Amino acid sequence: MSATIEIRRDPVNCSGQDPAVLLRMFRKMLQAREFEEQLYYLFLTTAMPGTMHQAVGQEAVAVGVVSALNADDTITSTHRGHAHCVAKDVPLNEMMAEMFAKREGSCRGMGGSMHLTDFSKGMLGAFAIVGSGIPIATGAALSARVRNSGQVAVSFFGDGAVNEGIFHEALNMAALWKLPAIYIIENNQYALSMTVEESSAVPNLASRACAYGMPDRRVDGNDVVAVYDATCEAVERARAGDGPTLIEALTYRIRGHARFEAAGYRPEEEVEAWKAADPIERLAAGMIAAGAASADELNRIREEAESAIEDAIEYAQTCTDVEAEDYLAYITAEN
Amino acid sequence: MRQLGLSAAIREGIIQEMRADDSVILLGEDVGKFGGAFHVTHDMLDEFGANRVWDTPISEAGFTGLGIGAALTGLRPIVEYQYLDFIFCAMDQVVNQAAKIRLMSGGRAKVPLVLRGPQGATGRGAQHSQSIEAYMMHTPGMKVVMPATPFDAKGLIISAIRDDNPVLFVEHKLLYGAASPGGGKALSDSAIQAIGMDVPEEPYAIPLGSADVKRQGSDVTIIATLLMLHRSLTVAAQLAEQGISVEVIDPRSLVPLDVDTIAASVAKTNHVVVVSEDTSRAGVAAELVATINDHCFYDLEAPVQRVAAVDTPIPFGPAAERHVIPQVDDIRAAAYRALSD
Repeated sequence: MSATIEIRRDPVNCSGQDPAVLLRMFRKMLQAREFEEQLYYLFLTTAMPGTMHQAVGQEAVAVGVVSALNADDTITSTHRGHAHCVAKDVPLNEMMAEMFAKREGSCRGMGGSMHLTDFSKGMLGAFAIVGSGIPIATGAALSARVRNSGQVAVSFFGDGAVNEGIFHEALNMAALWKLPAIYIIENNQYALSMTVEESSAVPNLASRACAYGMPDRRVDGNDVVAVYDATCEAVERARAGDGPTLIEALTYRIRGHARFEAAGYRPEEEVEAWKAADPIERLAAGMIAAGAASADELNRIREEAESAIEDAIEYAQTCTDVEAEDYLAYITAEN
Repeated sequence: MRQLGLSAAIREGIIQEMRADDSVILLGEDVGKFGGAFHVTHDMLDEFGANRVWDTPISEAGFTGLGIGAALTGLRPIVEYQYLDFIFCAMDQVVNQAAKIRLMSGGRAKVPLVLRGPQGATGRGAQHSQSIEAYMMHTPGMKVVMPATPFDAKGLIISAIRDDNPVLFVEHKLLYGAASPGGGKALSDSAIQAIGMDVPEEPYAIPLGSADVKRQGSDVTIIATLLMLHRSLTVAAQLAEQGISVEVIDPRSLVPLDVDTIAASVAKTNHVVVVSEDTSRAGVAAELVATINDHCFYDLEAPVQRVAAVDTPIPFGPAAERHVIPQVDDIRAAAYRALSD
């Protein structure tokens, strides 16, 4: 059993929020969800090579954070990165083509699910060694400082990553130099089978920020508005030159670790309780309650998201398979 | 022409690139106010300021990752390791990230990053003496540059900085040279030749992947880098007195490797010795032997001779260290073996 974390099911409080922002967040969360639901079936039918890690149930973290950023702000992602890419506007068609190892894919069929990248969107890469993206985002923040670009860099990583030494090294330097960085612990409560309590001496992971004199926030990661608000504050602080923030977003990995992994190490009632706290449905209820959208409007967005993913799958079928020697062009850059 | 030591030549190359290109920055331990443990970055903080010369905490993995992130977003970072032994703390960032990002992104990313520092056995014990280039030769996506003279060092560091790939730039502590600030004890190895000390003041680039024939000869080819190049040149001079003509080649970069220059020499001499200061097993010399066998087998009149360090952590005691690291006598004996068949 994982940590005793309050599981909230109430509608997201949308009062005072810009309806356009809310609608975008609802659309992006649905796209991310639908992308991974369809991947699940594609893997079941063995139409898709490789493996994948789903963030079903965690979409509010990716979308809430990225919605607080500008288009030219940068992020690093992880092996569980589809939702981060969707949130950062990586084209769905290219993402799906990459999943099918097509030349038209985000990474020309060279990266796959765990390495989705799109520099044109500020998506600096999905790094599938746990924790390894943390200093890279920090370097992007240092670069923003050197170039005086005003950009902010965000690193997404899981609760497991905080026990890698690189977490400490990167956060120390970011705080030391007040770099415009934001660190998002996407605490889905399990590092494969290990709960936070089983792997961290102090289960309140956000509290580690005090070691660096860094502000921290611990938010309901299934409340996209709470995530968005916390990130907006962190962005403001970063752009003002006041340095980094550590945000721990508490959420839950509804599916297993990878593909069909059954996650038998979790009690059934725990999974069911978190399914009932679905971040998408909580936002829908909140938007309707606040008058930000009608049920019909939201249903139309649901249908649009479904057809966007269907279109992406159809598009991928029209793409060209990676050829045996394609990789030769990508090993080193020619100046 | 003006003469410089190796570290002063590297320093001048870095300074000239930093003046020419605002995107070049430095990261590393003590590179700023202290000027670098071996003084390569001496006074750079004063000239370029703290926004471009970053004195880092002792966080090799962390500041390597920062260099990668900066390289991905428009800068050309130079990361210094106080001793190259310390790069092992950062191996995930180097091997899994820097070297792989270009391929993983389908060629959409570039990582213009120089990783540089000193190595070589100089009486400092096992953790400050080893040669690390074979690990990086084995890592696709990395380039590996090995300057043995001040002239080469300046031209190669400029090329490394301008390269759009991660480059390991290997310096040898014994070669840093007395002309560098603080580099006084460097020329203590009697084999070190005063070659390539004439260094033009203006910037120039030596292409990576261009070997240099340091001495012309016709009987046997010796291929060597860094300190071993100097010891090989000493052997060549000794053998010349016996009427044996030795050609000495410095690959100058191991990745990319200038196979053509090596093959042309082998076609001429038909006898080859490869020398490397790193340990023998699966090492630089092993790779060079295999490459020569692949490309030049029918030009060989004798097996290629491999001279490399004994497969052991480097021991501290001077006699033991000398036993482990290839000496002039070892190289000369290998040349005789190559010619005896």
